[in-house]
Amino acid sequence: MTQHPISTMSVARAIATKDLRIEWRSKVLVNQVLPFAGIVMVLFAFALDNDGILQRVAPGLVWLAVLFSSLIIVQRTFAIESADNALDAIKVAGVSSAGVFLGKAVALVVQLLLFECVLVLLSLVLYQVHLSWGGAVLLVTVSFLANIGIAAMGALYGGLGAAAKGRETLLPLLLLPAVAPVLIAATRATESAFGVSGATLGEGWPWVALLAVFGALFTFGGTLAFGVLTEE
Amino acid sequence: MNSIQPFPSPLTTPTGTRASRGLGLVVFLGMVLLTMLGLFFTDEDVVQGSTVRLMYIHVPTAWVAYLAFIVTAVASAMYMWGKQHSLTFDRIAGASAEVGVIFMGLSLVTGSLWGRLTWGTYWQWDPRLTTTVFLFVTYVGYLAVRDLGGSHQQRAKRSGVVALLAVLEIPLVHFSVVLWRSLHQEASILQPNGNVTMDGLMLFTLLFGVAVFTLLFAWMVLHRQRVLTLADAIDDGGLETALQERRNEVN
Repeated sequence: MTQHPISTMSVARAIATKDLRIEWRSKVLVNQVLPFAGIVMVLFAFALDNDGILQRVAPGLVWLAVLFSSLIIVQRTFAIESADNALDAIKVAGVSSAGVFLGKAVALVVQLLLFECVLVLLSLVLYQVHLSWGGAVLLVTVSFLANIGIAAMGALYGGLGAAAKGRETLLPLLLLPAVAPVLIAATRATESAFGVSGATLGEGWPWVALLAVFGALFTFGGTLAFGVLTEE
Repeated sequence: MNSIQPFPSPLTTPTGTRASRGLGLVVFLGMVLLTMLGLFFTDEDVVQGSTVRLMYIHVPTAWVAYLAFIVTAVASAMYMWGKQHSLTFDRIAGASAEVGVIFMGLSLVTGSLWGRLTWGTYWQWDPRLTTTVFLFVTYVGYLAVRDLGGSHQQRAKRSGVVALLAVLEIPLVHFSVVLWRSLHQEASILQPNGNVTMDGLMLFTLLFGVAVFTLLFAWMVLHRQRVLTLADAIDDGGLETALQERRNEVN
């Protein structure tokens, strides 16, 4: 392992702060991607025009909307790097690539969390689901852990696409199959949180364990692999 | 280096050797025998009728696909952790994944045809089937990553990492699908009898099929790997030739 002059954690903090500051100032996510996610939720309602069905499948729709939005968010987070070869500059600076990966992933977690808050609120209004206090605690835990998994895989494969310039179309093919366990676990847990399909609150918590394992495994894998994947 | 490195032409450089031609002949004869056994010599199954004959193709193709992905993972690991970072391992990984994707596709098609005749449906959300589809898509993605361009070493490193990540992904996908299905049992679909006893010749045909297809896999990977070596050599040689031509223009 090469010694870097700046610690991995400082690099991660710098990258995450920078990414979030760019989003805060440019408002691209809030002005463009968030409305997209909102319209997807409305379109789901058009496609499944039945109140009973809509309520039952609401957890799955929320997480599908999160996954589709995550593709755009990940592409956006690497577009700001490849626009003026910023990723190359970071690499030339010789900072730890694990730090860059962690920074990117943390910024993605925060952005995804914002999306989930809005999408869950929308599902409460549009799909008439009910959320208890206990359900809300479960949902926050699930969202946080699911985001770690999605963000780790997204940062990893987004980095790969950004390093191979102009090949961002590869991202959905690599990312969506990889995060399928997150979709399954998060949807089942959210069913418990919403109390739909006869799921009770207690049934939701075991899925949290699966999300935690997924997140931990790929955060670890990502810190090792990111440097190799983005190498020129 | 001023002299042009003679690079092999794909038209004049054979990918076969005496040994691989011998292997090819054995595979061909084995396939002929397997066809005879599967279509003519074995009897119909008591429950499944002639449908069982699909199994003599389906089981070997599924086996080869899984074997191919194991070979890809092992070869990628040997590339990543080998001291030489030998591109031969990378090309074996790539060749094996290509063959694996083809056989996994064949196995999905034959499996769903068999399912239509036996279960009455082309598709069932069974954990093994679902995981197989994920495996298929994951390796299609792996092949796309190999195609990203850049130097050979870059291709080898990237695809090596993706192949090793797939090894982490697949058990998680399988595990989560198993959990998912355990909540949603479907009783409406005719379940096949799990304890089908096979008569001697049928079992022999099945195992013989697995053996012949394994040899076919070895033969295909051997040749494909050599073709990839030639393609890489042409890439390298093509650059050398172009440089030499520019130098000649200057002189």
